[in-house]
Amino acid sequence: MSYPEMPQRPWSQRHHVRAIVWTLVLIILLALSSWATGADFGMFLANLDQFTVLLVQMAHPAWDYLSVIIQPLYETIQMAILGTTIGAAFAIPFSILAAHNLVSNKYLRGLIRFVLDLVRTLPDLLLAAIFVAVFGIGSTAGVVTLAIFSFGMVSKLFYEVIETIDMGPLEAMKSVGASKITIIWYAVLPQVLNQFVSYFLYTLEINVRASTVLGYLGAGGIGVYLQRSLDQFNYSATAMIILATLVVVMVIDGVSNHLRRVLL
Amino acid sequence: MQTTLSHEFSPRSLWQRWRWLIWLVVIIAIYSWAIGGLQFTGLQASAKEVSKSIANGLVHPDWAYVYNGSGEDLSTLTLQTLAIAFLGTIVSAFISVPFAFWAARTVHERWHLRSGSGKVMLTLIRTFPEIVLAIMFIKAVGPGSYAGVLAISIHSIGMLGKLFSESLENMDRGAEEAITSAGGNHAQVFALATVPTIMPEFISYTLYRFEIAVRSASILGMVGAGGIGTPMIFAIQTRNWPRVGIILLGIVVMVLLIDTLSEQLRKKLI
Repeated sequence: MSYPEMPQRPWSQRHHVRAIVWTLVLIILLALSSWATGADFGMFLANLDQFTVLLVQMAHPAWDYLSVIIQPLYETIQMAILGTTIGAAFAIPFSILAAHNLVSNKYLRGLIRFVLDLVRTLPDLLLAAIFVAVFGIGSTAGVVTLAIFSFGMVSKLFYEVIETIDMGPLEAMKSVGASKITIIWYAVLPQVLNQFVSYFLYTLEINVRASTVLGYLGAGGIGVYLQRSLDQFNYSATAMIILATLVVVMVIDGVSNHLRRVLL
Repeated sequence: MQTTLSHEFSPRSLWQRWRWLIWLVVIIAIYSWAIGGLQFTGLQASAKEVSKSIANGLVHPDWAYVYNGSGEDLSTLTLQTLAIAFLGTIVSAFISVPFAFWAARTVHERWHLRSGSGKVMLTLIRTFPEIVLAIMFIKAVGPGSYAGVLAISIHSIGMLGKLFSESLENMDRGAEEAITSAGGNHAQVFALATVPTIMPEFISYTLYRFEIAVRSASILGMVGAGGIGTPMIFAIQTRNWPRVGIILLGIVVMVLLIDTLSEQLRKKLI
């Protein structure tokens, strides 16, 4: 009776070659990037007193500033609601075209997905800067920015939902000769509607967060006041804005979380 | 034998029958509030002109800007952006680990002082938008990429600390119990069971966070915190659309590359 040979670790595993190589790569990248960014911890410590003054000011929010920012806060929420709605409305047809169980044409699907990927790479503030140049300073630029930003995100979430549906109802309808539009209306939408609404609310949460800084570049909402207070070195007002934003975000998150739990 | 239906169809209650109407009224109210509250400036007279020149600039990007050896060109600044994101993410990943152990709820109580205070701390950090942090750090260390690094590393602590602590809460405790039952002390349990179990998830979250940091780093320059955002905002303000086009192209390529690379690495990890 022959015993199986003891497993042997190859040379590279015995000497932890992989771990050492990864660590070296990490250290080299770290060194390169601290050189490229001019990171200097001493400089931060040297200016620490200035930073502490700033933090102390922030620890005393200007409570009376609340009456000034209440209106722009509403505007921020309004921008988020409209932007998300427009984005989601455009996302529905695109997500149907991108779902592999509804569209068999590989090239069309690939093209649509590529466009969606491209849209998703653009940071929200970048879009805001461009749309402020087109639409001028104001909430229109903010709504358009949020619409495009949420379009990219929502369509990906939507087509992933569509790809998980039960194909039974679709085949049943196809076998009795229903048209594509009828199939989508009666067999696809009822299956995905709840999840669509849930993802819509989730995107709304993200957009409320995003819309609070869009105004920094002139795209309306509370961000305009954020920029004003920072430019005037009025950090207690900045702190108030951040606090008020936090409350709004928490309320929207709470409502949306509750609704999503009811839906699913 | 006569069978009686034990329960009849109960008529739907008033609330169930009219629920949809209430929802409809609520939704219409929300949307009329949203539309009525905003002041639409409408299209400016120049909007058509501007859109046309933007479109023109985007299809005719300023290729000469890709590399001109001045140190202010696209390739140099893209690399600088990546460096800001990388350094910020790595620094915050290391700082997030103690925060994660602080905030993880490993004891089954509804309210636990240690984890509760840790969670509040992480929420507090997350509250500060990255842009505000960047401006605060510019006050401390002056404009430049270092301020961007600091902003990203602090902001990411809030996010990574939360993700890390959640993965600590949900981790498989089997390996830890095995080491304990074999007589291992706390340090041995930590080194031989906790770290190997949790490491792949930590690294995966860090890579994911790096993807987000690359996007952030490319816009932090708009407030003066280094990277590609600075020439971008200058080009937009001076209406130099071919320049905007090439920078946009650069950002899109960079983000797509990093996303693909990080996705491949993450797939290998888990």
